Amino acid sequence: MIKVDKNSPIKIRVVNLHKSFGNKEVLRGVQLEVRQGESMVVIGGSGSGKTVLIKCIIGLIRPDKGEIYVDGVEITALNERRMNEVRKRFGMLFQGGALFDSLKVWENVGFGLRRQARLSEEEIRRIASEKLKLLGLQNIEDLMPAELSGGMKKRVSLARAIAIEPEILLYDEPTTGIDPVMADAINGLIVQMKERLSVTSIAITHDMKSAYKIGDRIAMLYQGEIIEVGTPDEIKDSRNPIVQQFIQGRSEGPIQLV
Amino acid sequence: MNPFRWIGNYTMRFVEEAGRIVVLFAQTLSWIFRPPLQGREIMKQMEEVGVRSFPVVIITAGFTGMVLALQSFTGFKRFGAETMVGTVVALSVTRELGPVLTGLMVSGRVGSAMAAELGTMRVTEQIDALYTLATNPIKYLIVPRFLAATIMLPILVIFADVIGILGGYLVSVLILGTNPTLYIRRTWNFLEFNDLYSGLLKAACFGMILATISCYHGFFTQGGAEGVGRATTKAVVISSLTILISNYFITAALF
Repeated sequence: MIKVDKNSPIKIRVVNLHKSFGNKEVLRGVQLEVRQGESMVVIGGSGSGKTVLIKCIIGLIRPDKGEIYVDGVEITALNERRMNEVRKRFGMLFQGGALFDSLKVWENVGFGLRRQARLSEEEIRRIASEKLKLLGLQNIEDLMPAELSGGMKKRVSLARAIAIEPEILLYDEPTTGIDPVMADAINGLIVQMKERLSVTSIAITHDMKSAYKIGDRIAMLYQGEIIEVGTPDEIKDSRNPIVQQFIQGRSEGPIQLV
Repeated sequence: MNPFRWIGNYTMRFVEEAGRIVVLFAQTLSWIFRPPLQGREIMKQMEEVGVRSFPVVIITAGFTGMVLALQSFTGFKRFGAETMVGTVVALSVTRELGPVLTGLMVSGRVGSAMAAELGTMRVTEQIDALYTLATNPIKYLIVPRFLAATIMLPILVIFADVIGILGGYLVSVLILGTNPTLYIRRTWNFLEFNDLYSGLLKAACFGMILATISCYHGFFTQGGAEGVGRATTKAVVISSLTILISNYFITAALF
């Protein structure tokens, strides 16, 4: 595995990020730095604001306060057109796949290509098949998303995310809702993506097995703040009782169940 | 709760929502003229709004024309004006019933589908996925539906007008024993281009109304499957009401 050294440039920097919905404060000053080529995993309970954080980074949710820098460019204040340029450098895997129901598998995978590059239909189809093959999927190009199993949907969705060859990949709970064997396969694919495509990635999850496998570093989000960041080993040895309770999955401890 | 507070609350919510619908309408208009054209999506929606709604609209218009002939015949017979049935049917259908009934039927059939489809896309994060693929969902999802409804409604109304008048003719001639030549002459002589044109203009407005309102409710759906259900109901009820209310004002303006 390529080791990300401490001198790699910072790809994504989140500074003092705040976001509230109504009077519910979801993010309360999140600080996070992700280096070029690094795989960062953000762990945290349901409702801890993980999804909101990742959606702020790709510009789906506008934060109330704070800044997000991608390669040193502040993105929270960009207009729609400039933000679109930034988004072209991102790929995102959604929790349920979020495949377009009305389009065939290959059209889903090629969606970003059709919109961003002047390619012929055959060319798009060929690239789509290539990406699907990379994820171990063959001869499903003409199926509709409704005909796929949960694990296949995730892989097709991952193929769609990597089709435009992004520099940054965001994974929203990549192993939620699929069986453990498939989950392990998805983890393997994520590690492969990182090594082969040398992308920077942020994954959010509450699956510790997955976090240890795919993360160069792990950050724990608790009550709207990052309370600890470290390598998987450092996290395992953390002396913070909240982190310990979470990674061991115990119901007794300082974490309040909502 | 204090009744004044209740009224105030409702008014605020109404004004806020109306404002958001107008904003979406304006955004939709501004996206129409930006590339890409999206011919494929527009054709798909035109088929959905126009071709698939055809049977419903035809049946509605046909029976409305038929019942109109029966009813006006009964009324007009009382003062010996049976021969005017053709005129009444033609004017009512082209000016009023054609566009309004078509608008209502299409709201029920297509508006609900638009809200349910966009609502499902919202709750399954497909709309977010569009943004991440650098595609504006208003351009990709709402513009084709808006254009399809605005173009297809007047076309449906032309068919509704013809079938409605034909329905009235058949009942008058075959059942009520009216002279066919007289009926046709009564229909043609009093029908002005203005009647047809005002009906078609109304239909285009109703198309815009139902597409905007239905897409709005679908696009901003919250709360899972239940939210999709709520959005669908609201889409149909609010677009139908808005069509009926705006119908009066459009008519008054064209009068």
